[in-house]
Amino acid sequence: MITYEWLYWLAGAFFAFWSILSLRDQHYGNSAFWGILAGSFFLGTHLSDWANGVLVLALVAIAGLGGLKRSEPETTTNDEREKLSQTFGNKLFIPALIVPITAVAGTLLYNYTPLSETGLFEPRRETLILFGIGVVIALIAAMVWLRPAPLAPAEEGRRLIDSIGWAAILPQMLAALGAVFALAGVGDIIGGAAGGLIPEGSVFLTVVVFALGMALFTMIMGNAFAAFPVMAAAIGIPLLVQTYGGNPAVIGAVGMLAGFCGTLLTPMAANFNIVPAALLELKDQNAVIRQQVGTAVPLWVCNVVIIYVGAFLLWN
Amino acid sequence: MNYWPLLGIALVVIGFALRFNPLMVVVGAALVTGLLAGFDFVAVVEALGKAFNDNRYISVTWIILPVIGLLERHGLQQRARAVIENMRGATMGKLLVIYLLFRQLTAALGMKDIGGHPQAVRPLVAPMAEAAAEKSHGKLPEGEREKVLAMSAATDNVGLFFGEDIFFAIASILLIQGVFETYGYPLTPLQLSVWAIPTAICAFGIHSWRIMALDRKLVGGGAGSEFLAGSKDIKPATRISDQGDEA
Repeated sequence: MITYEWLYWLAGAFFAFWSILSLRDQHYGNSAFWGILAGSFFLGTHLSDWANGVLVLALVAIAGLGGLKRSEPETTTNDEREKLSQTFGNKLFIPALIVPITAVAGTLLYNYTPLSETGLFEPRRETLILFGIGVVIALIAAMVWLRPAPLAPAEEGRRLIDSIGWAAILPQMLAALGAVFALAGVGDIIGGAAGGLIPEGSVFLTVVVFALGMALFTMIMGNAFAAFPVMAAAIGIPLLVQTYGGNPAVIGAVGMLAGFCGTLLTPMAANFNIVPAALLELKDQNAVIRQQVGTAVPLWVCNVVIIYVGAFLLWN
Repeated sequence: MNYWPLLGIALVVIGFALRFNPLMVVVGAALVTGLLAGFDFVAVVEALGKAFNDNRYISVTWIILPVIGLLERHGLQQRARAVIENMRGATMGKLLVIYLLFRQLTAALGMKDIGGHPQAVRPLVAPMAEAAAEKSHGKLPEGEREKVLAMSAATDNVGLFFGEDIFFAIASILLIQGVFETYGYPLTPLQLSVWAIPTAICAFGIHSWRIMALDRKLVGGGAGSEFLAGSKDIKPATRISDQGDEA
Protein backbone atom coordinates (compact mmCIF):
# COMPACT_ATOMS: atom_id res chain seq x y z
CA MET A 1 0.00 0.00 0.00
CA ILE A 2 1.30 3.43 -0.94
CA THR A 3 1.17 5.75 2.09
CA TYR A 4 2.11 9.33 2.92
CA GLU A 5 5.45 7.96 4.11
CA TRP A 6 6.39 7.39 0.45
CA LEU A 7 5.59 11.02 -0.35
CA TYR A 8 7.71 12.17 2.58
CA TRP A 9 10.66 10.26 1.16
CA LEU A 10 10.07 11.77 -2.28
CA ALA A 11 9.81 15.32 -0.91
CA GLY A 12 12.76 14.67 1.43
CA ALA A 13 14.84 13.70 -1.58
CA PHE A 14 13.95 16.98 -3.33
CA PHE A 15 14.84 19.03 -0.24
CA ALA A 16 18.11 17.09 0.15
CA PHE A 17 18.94 17.86 -3.50
CA TRP A 18 18.37 21.57 -2.91
CA SER A 19 20.51 21.42 0.22
CA ILE A 20 23.44 19.89 -1.68
CA LEU A 21 23.14 22.35 -4.58
CA SER A 22 23.04 25.25 -2.09
CA LEU A 23 26.20 23.94 -0.44
CA ARG A 24 27.93 23.91 -3.83
CA ASP A 25 26.86 27.52 -4.24
CA GLN A 26 28.23 28.35 -0.76
CA HIS A 27 24.79 29.35 0.47
CA TYR A 28 25.35 27.67 3.82
CA GLY A 29 22.18 28.99 5.48
CA ASN A 30 20.00 27.70 2.65
CA SER A 31 21.88 24.41 2.68
CA ALA A 32 21.32 23.93 6.41
CA PHE A 33 17.64 24.94 6.18
CA TRP A 34 16.71 22.58 3.33
CA GLY A 35 18.97 19.90 4.80
CA ILE A 36 17.21 19.98 8.18
CA LEU A 37 13.84 19.95 6.43
CA ALA A 38 14.98 16.91 4.41
CA GLY A 39 15.96 15.25 7.70
CA SER A 40 12.50 15.95 9.11
CA PHE A 41 10.87 14.38 6.04
CA PHE A 42 13.13 11.31 6.00
CA LEU A 43 13.26 10.57 9.70
CA GLY A 44 10.39 12.48 11.34
CA THR A 45 8.24 9.37 11.71
CA HIS A 46 10.93 7.64 13.75
CA LEU A 47 12.22 10.57 15.81
CA SER A 48 10.87 11.46 19.26
CA ASP A 49 8.53 14.46 19.62
CA TRP A 50 11.33 16.30 21.39
CA ALA A 51 13.79 15.70 18.52
CA ASN A 52 11.20 16.91 15.99
CA GLY A 53 10.64 19.97 18.17
CA VAL A 54 14.37 20.71 18.19
CA LEU A 55 14.40 20.47 14.37
CA VAL A 56 11.58 23.05 14.31
CA LEU A 57 13.55 25.40 16.56
CA ALA A 58 16.63 24.99 14.36
CA LEU A 59 14.68 25.83 11.18
CA VAL A 60 13.20 28.91 12.83
CA ALA A 61 16.60 30.04 14.13
CA ILE A 62 18.13 29.87 10.63
CA ALA A 63 15.21 31.78 9.09
CA GLY A 64 15.01 34.29 11.94
CA LEU A 65 18.72 35.11 11.74
CA GLY A 66 18.39 35.85 8.03
CA GLY A 67 20.25 32.75 6.92
CA LEU A 68 18.16 32.22 3.78
CA LYS A 69 19.19 33.95 0.58
CA ARG A 70 17.77 34.10 -2.90
CA SER A 71 19.70 32.00 -5.38
CA GLU A 72 20.47 32.70 -9.02
CA PRO A 73 21.31 29.39 -10.68
CA GLU A 74 22.12 29.65 -14.36
CA THR A 75 19.03 29.74 -16.56
CA THR A 76 17.74 30.99 -19.91
CA THR A 77 17.33 34.72 -20.63
CA ASN A 78 14.00 36.32 -21.48
CA ASP A 79 14.91 36.46 -25.18
CA GLU A 80 15.88 32.80 -25.21
CA ARG A 81 12.63 31.93 -23.47
CA GLU A 82 10.68 33.89 -26.07
CA LYS A 83 12.37 31.86 -28.85
CA LEU A 84 11.98 28.55 -27.01
CA SER A 85 8.29 29.24 -26.44
CA GLN A 86 7.86 29.63 -30.19
CA THR A 87 9.81 26.44 -30.88
CA PHE A 88 7.82 24.29 -28.45
CA GLY A 89 4.47 26.05 -28.86
CA ASN A 90 1.33 25.16 -26.97
CA LYS A 91 2.69 21.68 -26.21
CA LEU A 92 4.46 23.37 -23.29
CA PHE A 93 1.14 23.32 -21.45
CA ILE A 94 0.90 19.52 -21.58
CA PRO A 95 3.44 18.61 -18.87
CA ALA A 96 1.93 21.34 -16.65
CA LEU A 97 -1.50 19.76 -17.08
CA ILE A 98 -0.32 16.20 -16.40
CA VAL A 99 -0.16 16.90 -12.66
CA PRO A 100 -3.73 18.14 -12.00
CA ILE A 101 -5.19 15.64 -14.47
CA THR A 102 -3.43 12.73 -12.79
CA ALA A 103 -4.58 13.93 -9.38
CA VAL A 104 -8.20 14.57 -10.33
CA ALA A 105 -8.87 11.85 -12.88
CA GLY A 106 -6.91 9.39 -10.76
CA THR A 107 -8.95 10.21 -7.66
CA LEU A 108 -12.25 9.83 -9.51
CA LEU A 109 -11.14 6.62 -11.18
CA TYR A 110 -9.89 5.20 -7.91
CA ASN A 111 -12.99 6.05 -5.88
CA TYR A 112 -15.72 5.20 -8.37
CA THR A 113 -14.38 1.96 -9.81
CA PRO A 114 -13.48 -1.34 -8.15
CA LEU A 115 -9.87 -0.07 -8.07
CA SER A 116 -10.45 1.17 -4.52
CA GLU A 117 -10.90 -2.43 -3.41
CA THR A 118 -7.29 -3.18 -4.33
CA GLY A 119 -6.20 -1.02 -1.37
CA LEU A 120 -3.37 0.41 -3.47
CA PHE A 121 -3.40 3.75 -1.64
CA GLU A 122 -3.71 4.66 2.04
CA PRO A 123 -7.43 5.38 2.63
CA ARG A 124 -8.47 9.04 2.08
CA ARG A 125 -4.90 9.94 1.06
CA GLU A 126 -5.24 9.08 -2.62
CA THR A 127 -5.40 12.63 -4.04
CA LEU A 128 -2.10 13.86 -2.62
CA ILE A 129 -0.41 10.56 -3.44
CA LEU A 130 -1.70 10.81 -7.03
CA PHE A 131 -0.46 14.40 -7.12
CA GLY A 132 3.02 13.06 -6.26
CA ILE A 133 2.74 10.41 -8.97
CA GLY A 134 1.63 13.13 -11.42
CA VAL A 135 4.69 15.20 -10.59
CA VAL A 136 7.00 12.26 -11.26
CA ILE A 137 5.29 11.51 -14.60
CA ALA A 138 5.36 15.17 -15.66
CA LEU A 139 9.01 15.48 -14.72
CA ILE A 140 10.00 12.39 -16.69
CA ALA A 141 7.90 13.50 -19.68
CA ALA A 142 9.44 16.98 -19.67
CA MET A 143 12.98 15.59 -19.36
CA VAL A 144 12.50 13.15 -22.23
CA TRP A 145 10.89 15.78 -24.44
CA LEU A 146 12.96 18.91 -23.69
CA ARG A 147 16.30 17.17 -23.02
CA PRO A 148 17.75 19.85 -20.72
CA ALA A 149 20.98 19.51 -18.75
CA PRO A 150 20.48 16.75 -16.15
CA LEU A 151 20.60 19.16 -13.21
CA ALA A 152 18.29 21.75 -14.82
CA PRO A 153 15.04 20.73 -13.07
CA ALA A 154 16.77 20.63 -9.68
CA GLU A 155 18.35 24.05 -10.24
CA GLU A 156 15.11 25.60 -11.54
CA GLY A 157 13.28 24.13 -8.56
CA ARG A 158 15.91 25.59 -6.25
CA ARG A 159 15.50 29.03 -7.80
CA LEU A 160 11.76 28.89 -7.09
CA ILE A 161 11.99 27.42 -3.58
CA ASP A 162 14.66 29.98 -2.63
CA SER A 163 12.46 32.81 -3.91
CA ILE A 164 9.73 31.53 -1.60
CA GLY A 165 12.28 31.05 1.18
CA TRP A 166 11.06 30.46 4.74
CA ALA A 167 7.45 31.10 3.63
CA ALA A 168 7.56 27.57 2.19
CA ILE A 169 7.16 26.03 5.65
CA LEU A 170 4.97 28.76 7.17
CA PRO A 171 1.69 26.91 6.44
CA GLN A 172 3.00 23.76 8.10
CA MET A 173 4.26 25.81 11.06
CA LEU A 174 0.88 27.53 11.44
CA ALA A 175 -0.82 24.15 11.56
CA ALA A 176 1.53 23.28 14.42
CA LEU A 177 0.64 26.54 16.17
CA GLY A 178 -3.03 25.60 15.86
CA ALA A 179 -2.30 22.34 17.66
CA VAL A 180 -0.57 24.17 20.51
CA PHE A 181 -3.49 26.65 20.73
CA ALA A 182 -5.88 23.71 20.98
CA LEU A 183 -3.75 22.11 23.69
CA ALA A 184 -3.76 25.37 25.67
CA GLY A 185 -7.56 25.65 25.42
CA VAL A 186 -7.55 28.93 23.46
CA GLY A 187 -10.72 27.91 21.63
CA ASP A 188 -12.71 27.44 24.84
CA ILE A 189 -11.61 30.83 26.16
CA ILE A 190 -12.66 32.64 22.96
CA GLY A 191 -15.92 30.74 22.72
CA GLY A 192 -16.77 31.65 26.31
CA ALA A 193 -15.97 35.31 25.73
CA ALA A 194 -18.02 35.47 22.51
CA GLY A 195 -20.93 33.72 24.23
CA GLY A 196 -20.89 36.40 26.95
CA LEU A 197 -21.16 39.23 24.39
CA ILE A 198 -24.59 38.35 23.06
CA PRO A 199 -27.47 40.71 23.72
CA GLU A 200 -30.46 38.69 24.87
CA GLY A 201 -33.53 38.32 22.70
CA SER A 202 -32.20 39.63 19.38
CA VAL A 203 -31.98 36.87 16.76
CA PHE A 204 -30.39 39.15 14.18
CA LEU A 205 -27.65 40.41 16.51
CA THR A 206 -26.93 36.84 17.59
CA VAL A 207 -26.48 35.90 13.93
CA VAL A 208 -24.12 38.87 13.51
CA VAL A 209 -22.01 37.90 16.54
CA PHE A 210 -21.89 34.27 15.36
CA ALA A 211 -20.74 35.25 11.85
CA LEU A 212 -18.33 37.85 13.20
CA GLY A 213 -16.89 35.35 15.67
CA MET A 214 -16.39 32.85 12.83
CA ALA A 215 -14.57 35.44 10.70
CA LEU A 216 -12.41 36.88 13.49
CA PHE A 217 -11.46 33.56 15.04
CA THR A 218 -10.64 32.25 11.56
CA MET A 219 -8.37 35.25 11.03
CA ILE A 220 -6.56 34.46 14.28
CA MET A 221 -6.18 30.75 13.56
CA GLY A 222 -5.71 31.14 9.80
CA ASN A 223 -8.25 28.40 9.26
CA ALA A 224 -12.03 28.16 9.50
CA PHE A 225 -11.78 24.52 10.57
CA ALA A 226 -10.32 25.53 13.92
CA ALA A 227 -12.93 28.25 14.44
CA PHE A 228 -16.01 26.24 13.54
CA PRO A 229 -16.27 23.76 16.43
CA VAL A 230 -15.65 26.59 18.90
CA MET A 231 -18.25 29.02 17.54
CA ALA A 232 -20.78 26.27 16.92
CA ALA A 233 -20.44 25.10 20.52
CA ALA A 234 -20.51 28.63 21.97
CA ILE A 235 -23.26 30.30 19.89
CA GLY A 236 -24.41 28.37 16.84
CA ILE A 237 -25.96 25.36 18.56
CA PRO A 238 -27.03 26.56 22.04
CA LEU A 239 -28.44 29.94 20.94
CA LEU A 240 -29.25 29.94 17.23
CA VAL A 241 -30.52 26.37 16.99
CA GLN A 242 -31.78 25.51 20.48
CA THR A 243 -33.03 28.84 21.85
CA TYR A 244 -34.19 30.54 18.64
CA GLY A 245 -35.09 27.41 16.66
CA GLY A 246 -33.06 28.14 13.51
CA ASN A 247 -32.40 25.68 10.68
CA PRO A 248 -29.21 23.79 11.69
CA ALA A 249 -28.17 23.04 8.09
CA VAL A 250 -28.08 26.74 7.13
CA ILE A 251 -26.38 27.81 10.35
CA GLY A 252 -23.69 25.16 9.91
CA ALA A 253 -23.05 25.54 6.19
CA VAL A 254 -23.18 29.33 5.92
CA GLY A 255 -21.46 29.83 9.28
CA MET A 256 -18.47 27.98 7.87
CA LEU A 257 -18.54 30.21 4.76
CA ALA A 258 -18.55 33.33 6.98
CA GLY A 259 -15.33 31.89 8.38
CA PHE A 260 -13.93 31.52 4.85
CA CYS A 261 -14.40 35.30 4.44
CA GLY A 262 -12.00 35.64 7.38
CA THR A 263 -9.51 33.33 5.63
CA LEU A 264 -9.31 35.87 2.78
CA LEU A 265 -8.28 38.59 5.24
CA THR A 266 -5.45 37.10 7.28
CA PRO A 267 -1.71 36.57 6.81
CA MET A 268 -2.15 33.54 9.09
CA ALA A 269 -3.70 31.72 6.11
CA ALA A 270 -0.22 31.75 4.66
CA ASN A 271 -0.61 29.18 1.91
CA PHE A 272 -3.45 31.16 0.33
CA ASN A 273 -2.34 34.71 1.07
CA ILE A 274 1.39 35.00 1.79
CA VAL A 275 2.91 32.18 -0.28
CA PRO A 276 1.29 33.41 -3.55
CA ALA A 277 2.69 36.91 -2.95
CA ALA A 278 6.12 35.31 -2.66
CA LEU A 279 5.54 33.04 -5.67
CA LEU A 280 4.52 36.01 -7.82
CA GLU A 281 7.50 37.98 -6.47
CA LEU A 282 5.33 40.86 -5.29
CA LYS A 283 6.98 43.60 -3.23
CA ASP A 284 4.06 43.85 -0.83
CA GLN A 285 3.68 40.68 1.25
CA ASN A 286 -0.01 41.57 1.82
CA ALA A 287 -0.81 42.45 -1.80
CA VAL A 288 -3.11 39.43 -2.25
CA ILE A 289 -5.02 40.21 0.95
CA ARG A 290 -5.47 43.82 -0.22
CA GLN A 291 -7.19 42.59 -3.38
CA GLN A 292 -9.42 40.30 -1.31
CA VAL A 293 -10.73 42.81 1.24
CA GLY A 294 -13.23 44.33 -1.17
CA THR A 295 -14.69 40.89 -1.90
CA ALA A 296 -14.54 39.38 1.60
CA VAL A 297 -16.33 42.17 3.48
CA PRO A 298 -19.47 42.46 1.31
CA LEU A 299 -19.55 38.68 0.99
CA TRP A 300 -19.51 38.37 4.78
CA VAL A 301 -22.54 40.69 4.88
CA CYS A 302 -24.26 38.43 2.33
CA ASN A 303 -23.61 35.45 4.60
CA VAL A 304 -25.20 37.20 7.58
CA VAL A 305 -28.28 37.93 5.46
CA ILE A 306 -28.39 34.36 4.10
CA ILE A 307 -28.27 32.89 7.62
CA TYR A 308 -30.93 35.28 8.90
CA VAL A 309 -33.29 34.74 5.96
CA GLY A 310 -32.58 31.05 5.32
CA ALA A 311 -32.38 29.79 8.89
CA PHE A 312 -35.09 31.96 10.47
CA LEU A 313 -37.45 33.91 8.14
CA LEU A 314 -37.94 31.08 5.63
CA TRP A 315 -37.72 28.28 8.19
CA ASN A 316 -40.27 29.35 10.79
CA MET B 1 -10.85 30.79 33.70
CA ASN B 2 -7.20 31.36 32.83
CA TYR B 3 -7.12 34.07 30.14
CA TRP B 4 -3.32 34.30 29.93
CA PRO B 5 -2.95 31.94 26.93
CA LEU B 6 -4.66 34.65 24.84
CA LEU B 7 -1.42 36.61 25.12
CA GLY B 8 -0.08 34.24 22.44
CA ILE B 9 -2.69 35.57 20.02
CA ALA B 10 -1.73 39.14 20.87
CA LEU B 11 1.90 38.23 20.15
CA VAL B 12 0.95 36.91 16.73
CA VAL B 13 -0.94 40.08 15.86
CA ILE B 14 1.82 42.39 17.11
CA GLY B 15 4.59 40.29 15.54
CA PHE B 16 2.90 40.29 12.12
CA ALA B 17 2.13 44.02 12.40
CA LEU B 18 5.77 44.83 13.23
CA ARG B 19 6.91 42.58 10.38
CA PHE B 20 9.12 40.31 12.43
CA ASN B 21 10.01 37.09 10.66
CA PRO B 22 6.66 35.21 10.68
CA LEU B 23 8.30 31.86 11.52
CA MET B 24 9.80 33.41 14.67
CA VAL B 25 6.47 35.03 15.53
CA VAL B 26 4.56 31.77 15.15
CA VAL B 27 6.96 29.65 17.16
CA GLY B 28 7.36 32.39 19.78
CA ALA B 29 3.58 32.58 20.14
CA ALA B 30 3.33 28.80 20.42
CA LEU B 31 5.95 28.69 23.20
CA VAL B 32 4.38 31.58 25.12
CA THR B 33 0.85 30.17 24.79
CA GLY B 34 1.92 26.74 25.97
CA LEU B 35 3.95 28.06 28.93
CA LEU B 36 1.11 30.39 30.04
CA ALA B 37 -1.32 27.48 29.90
CA GLY B 38 0.85 25.76 32.48
CA PHE B 39 2.90 23.32 30.40
CA ASP B 40 6.66 23.12 30.87
CA PHE B 41 9.11 24.06 28.12
CA VAL B 42 9.90 20.48 27.11
CA ALA B 43 6.20 19.61 26.82
CA VAL B 44 5.53 22.62 24.59
CA VAL B 45 8.49 21.87 22.30
CA GLU B 46 7.31 18.26 22.10
CA ALA B 47 3.77 19.34 21.18
CA LEU B 48 5.15 21.68 18.54
CA GLY B 49 7.46 19.00 17.13
CA LYS B 50 4.71 16.40 17.01
CA ALA B 51 2.26 18.76 15.28
CA PHE B 52 4.88 19.95 12.78
CA ASN B 53 5.73 16.35 11.99
CA ASP B 54 2.06 15.31 11.64
CA ASN B 55 1.48 18.14 9.15
CA ARG B 56 4.37 17.39 6.78
CA TYR B 57 1.91 16.58 4.02
CA ILE B 58 1.21 20.33 3.73
CA SER B 59 4.74 21.00 2.47
CA VAL B 60 4.82 18.02 0.11
CA THR B 61 3.23 20.15 -2.63
CA TRP B 62 6.56 21.94 -3.26
CA ILE B 63 7.74 18.91 -5.22
CA ILE B 64 5.94 20.47 -8.20
CA LEU B 65 8.50 23.29 -8.41
CA PRO B 66 11.10 21.48 -10.59
CA VAL B 67 8.44 20.76 -13.23
CA ILE B 68 7.16 24.34 -13.24
CA GLY B 69 10.72 25.74 -13.22
CA LEU B 70 11.79 23.50 -16.07
CA LEU B 71 8.82 24.53 -18.20
CA GLU B 72 9.40 28.21 -17.37
CA ARG B 73 13.00 27.76 -18.49
CA HIS B 74 11.61 26.69 -21.86
CA GLY B 75 9.19 29.60 -22.18
CA LEU B 76 5.95 28.49 -20.46
CA GLN B 77 5.08 31.99 -19.19
CA GLN B 78 5.88 33.52 -22.59
CA ARG B 79 3.64 30.93 -24.22
CA ALA B 80 0.80 31.70 -21.81
CA ARG B 81 1.13 35.39 -22.68
CA ALA B 82 1.22 34.66 -26.42
CA VAL B 83 -2.02 32.70 -26.24
CA ILE B 84 -3.77 35.75 -24.79
CA GLU B 85 -2.08 38.21 -27.14
CA ASN B 86 -3.33 36.24 -30.12
CA MET B 87 -6.85 36.00 -28.79
CA ARG B 88 -9.15 38.64 -30.21
CA GLY B 89 -11.19 40.59 -27.66
CA ALA B 90 -9.38 39.13 -24.63
CA THR B 91 -9.38 41.49 -21.64
CA MET B 92 -8.08 40.95 -18.15
CA GLY B 93 -11.61 41.31 -16.82
CA LYS B 94 -13.12 38.65 -19.06
CA LEU B 95 -10.18 36.30 -18.52
CA LEU B 96 -10.29 36.41 -14.72
CA VAL B 97 -14.09 36.20 -14.58
CA ILE B 98 -13.97 33.08 -16.74
CA TYR B 99 -11.22 31.65 -14.52
CA LEU B 100 -13.31 32.44 -11.43
CA LEU B 101 -16.29 30.58 -12.88
CA PHE B 102 -14.10 27.68 -13.99
CA ARG B 103 -12.50 27.42 -10.54
CA GLN B 104 -15.86 27.56 -8.73
CA LEU B 105 -17.47 24.97 -10.99
CA THR B 106 -14.58 22.52 -10.92
CA ALA B 107 -14.25 22.90 -7.13
CA ALA B 108 -18.02 22.34 -6.79
CA LEU B 109 -17.54 19.06 -8.67
CA GLY B 110 -14.84 18.03 -6.23
CA MET B 111 -11.88 18.90 -8.46
CA LYS B 112 -10.27 21.40 -6.14
CA ASP B 113 -6.79 20.37 -7.22
CA ILE B 114 -7.24 21.92 -10.64
CA GLY B 115 -5.79 25.37 -10.21
CA GLY B 116 -3.78 26.47 -7.20
CA HIS B 117 -0.94 28.95 -6.85
CA PRO B 118 2.26 27.10 -7.75
CA GLN B 119 0.72 24.95 -10.46
CA ALA B 120 -1.70 27.34 -12.19
CA VAL B 121 -1.51 30.95 -11.00
CA ARG B 122 2.21 31.62 -11.27
CA PRO B 123 2.91 29.88 -14.57
CA LEU B 124 -0.41 30.48 -16.38
CA VAL B 125 -3.16 32.66 -14.91
CA ALA B 126 -1.02 35.57 -13.71
CA PRO B 127 1.03 35.98 -16.93
CA MET B 128 -2.16 35.65 -19.00
CA ALA B 129 -3.93 38.31 -16.91
CA GLU B 130 -0.94 40.62 -17.20
CA ALA B 131 -0.75 40.14 -20.97
CA ALA B 132 -4.48 40.78 -21.33
CA ALA B 133 -4.27 43.93 -19.20
CA GLU B 134 -1.36 45.22 -21.27
CA LYS B 135 -3.27 44.47 -24.43
CA SER B 136 -6.03 46.89 -23.47
CA HIS B 137 -4.06 49.41 -21.39
CA GLY B 138 -0.51 49.30 -22.71
CA LYS B 139 2.52 48.61 -20.55
CA LEU B 140 1.57 48.83 -16.87
CA PRO B 141 3.54 50.74 -14.23
CA GLU B 142 4.92 48.43 -11.52
CA GLY B 143 2.25 49.21 -8.90
CA GLU B 144 -0.60 48.38 -11.29
CA ARG B 145 1.16 45.30 -12.59
CA GLU B 146 1.37 44.00 -9.01
CA LYS B 147 -2.34 44.66 -8.54
CA VAL B 148 -3.15 42.53 -11.58
CA LEU B 149 -0.92 39.67 -10.36
CA ALA B 150 -2.36 39.88 -6.84
CA MET B 151 -5.90 39.90 -8.24
CA SER B 152 -5.09 36.71 -10.18
CA ALA B 153 -4.08 34.99 -6.95
CA ALA B 154 -7.13 36.43 -5.13
CA THR B 155 -9.41 35.09 -7.87
CA ASP B 156 -8.00 31.59 -7.43
CA ASN B 157 -8.70 31.79 -3.67
CA VAL B 158 -12.24 33.14 -4.00
CA GLY B 159 -13.12 30.56 -6.66
CA LEU B 160 -11.81 27.70 -4.52
CA PHE B 161 -13.31 28.78 -1.17
CA PHE B 162 -16.77 29.51 -2.51
CA GLY B 163 -16.99 26.54 -4.83
CA GLU B 164 -15.61 23.65 -2.79
CA ASP B 165 -18.38 23.51 -0.20
CA ILE B 166 -20.98 22.75 -2.88
CA PHE B 167 -19.24 19.41 -3.24
CA PHE B 168 -20.66 17.29 -0.46
CA ALA B 169 -17.71 15.00 0.14
CA ILE B 170 -15.30 17.70 1.24
CA ALA B 171 -13.56 17.98 4.60
CA SER B 172 -15.31 21.16 5.74
CA ILE B 173 -18.79 19.71 5.07
CA LEU B 174 -17.85 16.55 6.94
CA LEU B 175 -16.59 18.67 9.83
CA ILE B 176 -19.89 20.60 10.04
CA GLN B 177 -21.80 17.33 9.92
CA GLY B 178 -19.62 15.85 12.66
CA VAL B 179 -19.98 18.82 14.99
CA PHE B 180 -23.78 18.96 14.65
CA GLU B 181 -24.08 15.22 15.09
CA THR B 182 -22.21 15.43 18.42
CA TYR B 183 -24.93 17.76 19.67
CA GLY B 184 -27.74 15.53 18.45
CA TYR B 185 -28.56 17.12 15.07
CA PRO B 186 -27.99 14.53 12.35
CA LEU B 187 -27.62 16.30 8.98
CA THR B 188 -26.75 14.83 5.60
CA PRO B 189 -23.83 16.28 3.63
CA LEU B 190 -26.23 17.13 0.80
CA GLN B 191 -28.47 19.22 3.10
CA LEU B 192 -25.40 21.24 4.01
CA SER B 193 -23.84 21.55 0.59
CA VAL B 194 -26.97 23.00 -1.10
CA TRP B 195 -26.75 25.88 1.38
CA ALA B 196 -23.31 26.73 0.00
CA ILE B 197 -24.95 27.68 -3.31
CA PRO B 198 -26.42 31.11 -2.37
CA THR B 199 -23.03 32.27 -1.04
CA ALA B 200 -21.28 30.88 -4.13
CA ILE B 201 -23.55 32.98 -6.35
CA CYS B 202 -22.93 36.10 -4.24
CA ALA B 203 -19.17 35.44 -4.36
CA PHE B 204 -19.26 35.17 -8.14
CA GLY B 205 -21.27 38.40 -8.46
CA ILE B 206 -19.18 40.45 -6.04
CA HIS B 207 -15.78 39.25 -7.17
CA SER B 208 -16.60 39.51 -10.91
CA TRP B 209 -17.73 43.07 -10.38
CA ARG B 210 -14.45 43.85 -8.57
CA ILE B 211 -12.36 42.26 -11.32
CA MET B 212 -14.15 44.36 -13.94
CA ALA B 213 -13.76 47.47 -11.77
CA LEU B 214 -10.00 46.88 -11.51
CA ASP B 215 -9.78 46.43 -15.27
CA ARG B 216 -11.61 49.74 -15.82
CA LYS B 217 -9.43 51.56 -13.27
CA LEU B 218 -6.09 50.46 -14.68
CA VAL B 219 -4.18 53.30 -16.29
CA GLY B 220 -1.44 51.91 -18.43
CA GLY B 221 1.03 54.05 -20.31
CA GLY B 222 0.04 52.76 -23.73
CA ALA B 223 2.67 50.96 -25.77
CA GLY B 224 5.70 53.12 -26.46
CA SER B 225 4.77 55.91 -24.06
CA GLU B 226 7.00 57.31 -21.34
CA PHE B 227 5.58 54.98 -18.75
CA LEU B 228 7.21 52.16 -20.62
CA ALA B 229 10.67 53.63 -20.13
CA GLY B 230 9.89 54.55 -16.53
CA SER B 231 8.65 51.16 -15.47
CA LYS B 232 11.81 49.44 -16.66
CA ASP B 233 13.84 51.13 -13.94
CA ILE B 234 11.93 49.56 -11.13
CA LYS B 235 13.95 46.95 -9.33
CA PRO B 236 12.70 43.39 -9.24
CA ALA B 237 10.71 42.42 -6.20
CA THR B 238 12.66 41.84 -3.04
CA ARG B 239 11.96 38.67 -1.21
CA ILE B 240 9.34 39.11 1.47
CA SER B 241 11.61 37.79 4.19
CA ASP B 242 13.98 40.71 3.58
CA GLN B 243 11.37 43.04 4.99
CA GLY B 244 10.89 40.85 8.03
CA ASP B 245 14.59 40.58 8.75
CA GLU B 246 15.04 44.30 9.10
CA ALA B 247 12.45 44.76 11.78
